Amino acid sequence: MRRYAPVVLLAAAVIAAQLILSFLKLEFLLTQLTMSAYYTLVALGLCLLMGYAGQVSLGHAGFFAIGGYTTAVLSTAGAAALSFAPWLSLPAAVAATAVVALVIGVPVLRLRGHYLAMATLAFGFIVSRVILATAVFGQADGISDVPGIRLFAGLVLSGKRTLRVQNYYIAWALVTLGLLFAVNLIGSRVGRALRAIHGNEEAAAAMGIDVGRFKLAVFVLSAVYAGVGGACLVHFNAGIGPGEAGVMKSVRYLALVAAGGMGSPWGTVAVSAGLTFLSLRGAFGLYDDAVFGALLVGIMLFAPEGLFGLVARGRRT
Amino acid sequence: MTTKKSLASLALCAILAAPLSAADPGVVKIGAIFAVTGPNANLGTPEARTLQMRVDEANRSGGIAGKKVELILKDSQGSTEKAVSFAKQLIEEDDVLAIIGPSTSGESMKLKGLCNDAETILVSCAAAETIVNPVARWVFKVAPMDSFAAQMIFATMQGMGIRRIGVLCSNSGFGQGGKAQLLKLAPGAGITIAVAEDYDKDATDLTGVLTKIKGQNVQAVVNWSTEPAQSIVLKNIRQLGFDVPVFQSHGFGNLAYAAAAGKAAEGTIFPCGRILAAEVLPAGHPQKKLLVSYRNAYIAQFNEEPSTFGGHAWDAFGIIAEAVSKVGTDKNKVRDFIETLSGFVGTAGIFNFSPADHNGLTMDAFEMLTVKNGRFVPLR
Amino acid sequence: MGADQILQYLLSGITTGSVYAIVGIGFNIIYSSTGIINFAQGEFLMLGGMISVSLSHSMPLAAAIAAAVIMTGLIGVLLQRLFISWLKNPAVLRMIIITIGLSILVREASLHIWDEKVHALPFWTGSETSSLAVLGARISPQVLWVLGVSALMVGALTLFFRHTLTGKAMRACASNATAARLCGIRTSSLVTLSFFIAAAMGGLAGCVVSPLTQTQYDMGTSLAVKGFTCAVLGGLGNVTGAVAAGLLVGVLEAASISVLPLAYKDVVALAIMLCILFFRPEGLFGGRAAAPAGVR
Repeated sequence: MRRYAPVVLLAAAVIAAQLILSFLKLEFLLTQLTMSAYYTLVALGLCLLMGYAGQVSLGHAGFFAIGGYTTAVLSTAGAAALSFAPWLSLPAAVAATAVVALVIGVPVLRLRGHYLAMATLAFGFIVSRVILATAVFGQADGISDVPGIRLFAGLVLSGKRTLRVQNYYIAWALVTLGLLFAVNLIGSRVGRALRAIHGNEEAAAAMGIDVGRFKLAVFVLSAVYAGVGGACLVHFNAGIGPGEAGVMKSVRYLALVAAGGMGSPWGTVAVSAGLTFLSLRGAFGLYDDAVFGALLVGIMLFAPEGLFGLVARGRRT
Repeated sequence: MTTKKSLASLALCAILAAPLSAADPGVVKIGAIFAVTGPNANLGTPEARTLQMRVDEANRSGGIAGKKVELILKDSQGSTEKAVSFAKQLIEEDDVLAIIGPSTSGESMKLKGLCNDAETILVSCAAAETIVNPVARWVFKVAPMDSFAAQMIFATMQGMGIRRIGVLCSNSGFGQGGKAQLLKLAPGAGITIAVAEDYDKDATDLTGVLTKIKGQNVQAVVNWSTEPAQSIVLKNIRQLGFDVPVFQSHGFGNLAYAAAAGKAAEGTIFPCGRILAAEVLPAGHPQKKLLVSYRNAYIAQFNEEPSTFGGHAWDAFGIIAEAVSKVGTDKNKVRDFIETLSGFVGTAGIFNFSPADHNGLTMDAFEMLTVKNGRFVPLR
Repeated sequence: MGADQILQYLLSGITTGSVYAIVGIGFNIIYSSTGIINFAQGEFLMLGGMISVSLSHSMPLAAAIAAAVIMTGLIGVLLQRLFISWLKNPAVLRMIIITIGLSILVREASLHIWDEKVHALPFWTGSETSSLAVLGARISPQVLWVLGVSALMVGALTLFFRHTLTGKAMRACASNATAARLCGIRTSSLVTLSFFIAAAMGGLAGCVVSPLTQTQYDMGTSLAVKGFTCAVLGGLGNVTGAVAAGLLVGVLEAASISVLPLAYKDVVALAIMLCILFFRPEGLFGGRAAAPAGVR
């Protein structure tokens, strides 16, 4: 049961934060907290991929964009077709992301090290270019005026001011579920298989683990995390732009996972929530990209196990 | 536990980071969202500088109608999600009177619905027609329409007997907006577009696509972008020995682009706000005094020539300041005032707003300029 | 399409291709001696261009270029000494992340040291409008400079690796670091030298293309991707392979313009890269094995 402690703590912190902010009349902060929740989902998926399956991905923003653009197109241009059940655009977005991940995962995951890194980087670039070249995706202007989505039990996924609190909970509920799933996965047989693969692929294969299938499964899973984040954020922001698929975004996710500790989903959640929140509030001013670059270098030089690994190390000595 | 501590301290940071601002009627709060860094920095940096310059100048001379101006400037880096996040901050937390910007059409479109619903004035510096068409009550635009620029280009071409052209556009929002107008208006002007290609905004070599255009026997080339590629196009055309007139969009409105192209820029024809030819305007011209003073102030402070982009920020602030000085800081009154403002002299032209026209500029805002000896002069 | 047009596309492709090749060579040099893929390689071109432009205001062009090349080389050395050299046996993933971070830092530092604007060196000979006729096609004289300087760099490198003691020592270092050390070769200094060479070459390339492509603080990223494509296509570690690959990629890109919309030009290079990675990761010409990551 100890492994669920971080999940419980996250849920508690989420609720506490909302209550405190509402009490202090600082509810507007919920907006950036909600947005950072969706970006945290991406980082969480990437953490599973990098920390547990040991595969790097420099193109994860591409999956976020696929999820986001799919639901954006279906909710605007395709709204007539889905008028009987507009919420279908969400699972459609997730499905699209999963399918793309499956298709490119098969050849890409045969690569290792910097070849894998470059292949995923190329994937991200291609997604970005295709978006910029295609009229239906709004090209450089992106897609705007994406309506909110009516979910179950009267909940509406939208960025409207009056719906701030419920959207905050929707977002963080998704992250909590994501964390729960991740923690479960890690502690299960599958998780042990993944760690074996991470440690040494040949040895794992020798032990009878179907390395290819596991790597692909985690790759698709991490893509789905990103796709969910993208799809939901599009409805919260009422739009999306081509920058979401960019290289700098992928690098940010990488930095967040590295800083949180690649083997630590809750570390990733904490760091990602914090840094993305600060970035979205403009706390880094003109140095926004530089901060993430410095983070990458600093973490890799001084704290390769992540910031929380550093603290653990400090405690041990 | 480390997690709890870190999450708690994060919450604390968030609380401390939030500005503690109560509504202060003695202060005019204006928000601005510009792409100061990132891929659209050539738009956002002059805009941010100009706005800061104007606000400082206003505060030095006692503010607007005695009220100090508080400028809250945000760098969106051209990204739409940051624009949305900052807009919500400015509206919900800082309770600004108006938001100036964003720099790009993509970001502006994301904020159009948001600001309109939140009943906060948005004065965009971006070019897209869709920002003010359909008209949203609270959304205005100070950059001139692409369609005017395209019309002026075609009119000039007709005068020069040009009937067959090649078109090059960048894949940015500005480039694509211009391309749409060129394609739409060409048949009516009797011009055939033999080939229209899009290049990536980061493109550094266009000899390939220019070879393709050259092979189509065109009489002129139109390039539509705001990127530095504008200079590269000019150089490549001359280097290929491609001896046709070159037209650019109003995105060419920065002397640095002409300087970067050196001799290759000579003879380039483009429609532009008069700010770039301020020196050579006739003495009685209504915009002359304003343009010359803006140009001098900008050069004095930043040691470089101003551009039309910076001029948009100038106009946006000027319009808001005019409104506040006349009707105070009530949002509704300011909005109503702007909507009926006419004869306002700005850098981009003379603005005449109306409930159906939230841009306020006509084709008159443009002057056809050309490059002669490295300077912009009106085309005769 | 006439022969003239074909030749024009070809020349256009060869010009861009030789720039890609230079970046690819830079990747190869560092990869051979350290096993690291230096994502910051593209930034060296940007630095060379920016520094030389700044210096060209106060000294003659040739001096500014020479100084810029040396300074860029030294920056490469600095990056290696400060950030890479003192890591003991780092994982590949860690190195990838560090060099990505370094490329971002170099880029952002340039943004704040210079500005967001575009800069360009004056044309080395002639001007912006000079145009030479070459068998029916027309090019700027700067294109000849690009081709000439690239050829010179490749030639000098080949001579260096084949016929000088230091060059041979670097090759020894690349194929077996421990054995090289046993022979008394100071591997760590050679690693630093390889960074110097890669950075200086990048800087010189940045100077020679600056009049044509102009220099901007963010030009490094896409160059790095294209350069890596060439390095992999030619076989990682294979310098002459990278040259051939660069020219091939450049020409294919130029050719694609004649049939595809220009918007997809960059996808061509990326698609090539993916095909190579999926089907023949050792490249067209096979690469030399890299030094094990233990060499710092």
